[in-house]
Amino acid sequence: MFDLYLNAALSGALTGLVYGLMALGLSVIFGVVRVVNFAHGEMMTGAMYGAILLAQTFKMDPLVAMLPVALIMFFLGYWLQRGLINAFVTRPEHTQFILLVAVAIILVNGQLIAFGPNARNVQVDYALESYQFGSIILDKVRIYAALAALAVSAALFAFFRLTLTGRAIRACADNFLGAQVVGLNVKRLYALTFGIGAACLGAAGCLMLLLVDVTPVQGPSYTLLAFIIVIVGGMGSLTGALLSGLLIGVSEALAGALFDPSAKSMFTFALLVLVLLFRPQGLLGRRP
Amino acid sequence: MMAAFPQLFAGLPRRALIALGVFFALLLVAPWLVNAYVLSILVVVLYFAYAGQAWNIMMGFAGQLSLGHSLYVGLGAYAAAMMFTKFGFNPWVGLLVAVLATTAMGAIIGFLAFRFGIGGVYFAILTIAFAEFTRIGFDHWTWLGGSGGLFLPVSNLSSNDLLNLRGAPVMFYYVMLGMCVAALAFCRVLLASRLGYYWQAIRENEEAAAALGINVFRYKMIAVMLSAAMTAFAGVFYAFYYNNLFPEQIFSMGRSIELILGPIIGGLGTLFGPIVGAFVLTPLADGLTEVLQWAGVEVPGVKQVFYGFCLLLVVVFLPNGIWPVLARRFGLAREN
Repeated sequence: MFDLYLNAALSGALTGLVYGLMALGLSVIFGVVRVVNFAHGEMMTGAMYGAILLAQTFKMDPLVAMLPVALIMFFLGYWLQRGLINAFVTRPEHTQFILLVAVAIILVNGQLIAFGPNARNVQVDYALESYQFGSIILDKVRIYAALAALAVSAALFAFFRLTLTGRAIRACADNFLGAQVVGLNVKRLYALTFGIGAACLGAAGCLMLLLVDVTPVQGPSYTLLAFIIVIVGGMGSLTGALLSGLLIGVSEALAGALFDPSAKSMFTFALLVLVLLFRPQGLLGRRP
Repeated sequence: MMAAFPQLFAGLPRRALIALGVFFALLLVAPWLVNAYVLSILVVVLYFAYAGQAWNIMMGFAGQLSLGHSLYVGLGAYAAAMMFTKFGFNPWVGLLVAVLATTAMGAIIGFLAFRFGIGGVYFAILTIAFAEFTRIGFDHWTWLGGSGGLFLPVSNLSSNDLLNLRGAPVMFYYVMLGMCVAALAFCRVLLASRLGYYWQAIRENEEAAAALGINVFRYKMIAVMLSAAMTAFAGVFYAFYYNNLFPEQIFSMGRSIELILGPIIGGLGTLFGPIVGAFVLTPLADGLTEVLQWAGVEVPGVKQVFYGFCLLLVVVFLPNGIWPVLARRFGLAREN
């Protein structure tokens, strides 16, 4: 019995790493641009459909499709920030919210028109294979997806720590005015940041596609999930987002194993309420 | 109350009074002027105007962004429907239970959030989370129908029973119109009261308000609870007008967003914003459905995409909403 739960928890942790990558995109965007991307989940389902198209036309494995999809998402994100959101950066929060809700509505229903309401997926030939470690059995796709999510996250961390652009973006996040004073092109860096967040999301979408089906109406629930992960982990904390993604993956899997799979999001919400109650700044967040 | 009556209209320019009078008179006689289809749209318009007015207290007046108002609609609807179908109480008794339930829920959320200084985006997410949490709870609560839905006995359309809210659409129209007028008058009084000024101070700058000695926690709590209590009626109305409740629909995030678009498009924090927003958005959506049907477009989602673009245009070009622009253009604003 214990093995069963351990197995569920480990699978959940692997899924959680992909969740974490999805939330990283949101965290990066919020941490720097200070705009809440309410179209996050909708953008991810868009990326998932992109990966499906690539799989259908070029027989491309979603793990490979990660690169082109992330690249396209980068440009779309960059363009979205440049063309639309930059003008809203200094406007009140609720106007930004409405703007992104409008984008989200257009994306969900655009996907509905283009791909129909039915669930779609990609069949990879290793979909049913698994690795066995003693009494623990883990799906091959889950392990691949988790490893890829870790690799992308590591690349993101390295970018922010090691490159000049990454450091400039962090400077914008720390001190908007200061960054302007030393001559950083803040608007361009914002667009770059949104692009990077969207690229993370593109990669996460391809990896999600290995694990679940996609329907257009899932967009809003992914948005909500990403938010909860970011809040639980601590707004603006990248490690926090990854960690809390892991935590929520585990809690979802355990909820499914212990109770009922349909109750899994109740556990997630309960976790959110607990965190807001006892540690409102999030697990690894700094107190504002 | 009668003494307060002239105060309601104090400071309004003459043309605004005339416009208001004409508008109200038109709404009063509307059931004789329009056909059943238009009337059904008007009922929805008034429903959104009322619910938007309730939400506006929280966000527009006190600056607390709730994205989970469908929680209060759903809770109110389920409370009254439960009292009616399970215990045989009329909806006005049900309304009392509904108001108690939503106010308590608002108090819990407000307490959790404001105690720890959770505001802005965090508060918004908390409200969504509670709505989703409750939705899943009701999905599994089989005594109240679970995900299969809760149904009220369909009304006899030939006789209007106001006590049991069973009757023809015209009756529902006048009930909602009455509630809209009451809500408008109530909000007008609120906004010009001490409480209203405290809220606006908190909305503009919470720290400054606290420094001036305003008990920020208390007044934010009042805003949430009042807004939740008012929204309960929208839920009761929904339950008895549509006669069916599905947790999947009534508690959904989409419903919350639908509800708040009106006041935002109309003009956040203004008294007429929620009304103008409802009168613009609902007919727009329905008109679009008509046009699409006429053009033979059957693809689902086309309407919503257009809706999204309209929203985008309004928020880009009229960031303060439609009402302030209208009021300035036609000289309807209050003279200072």
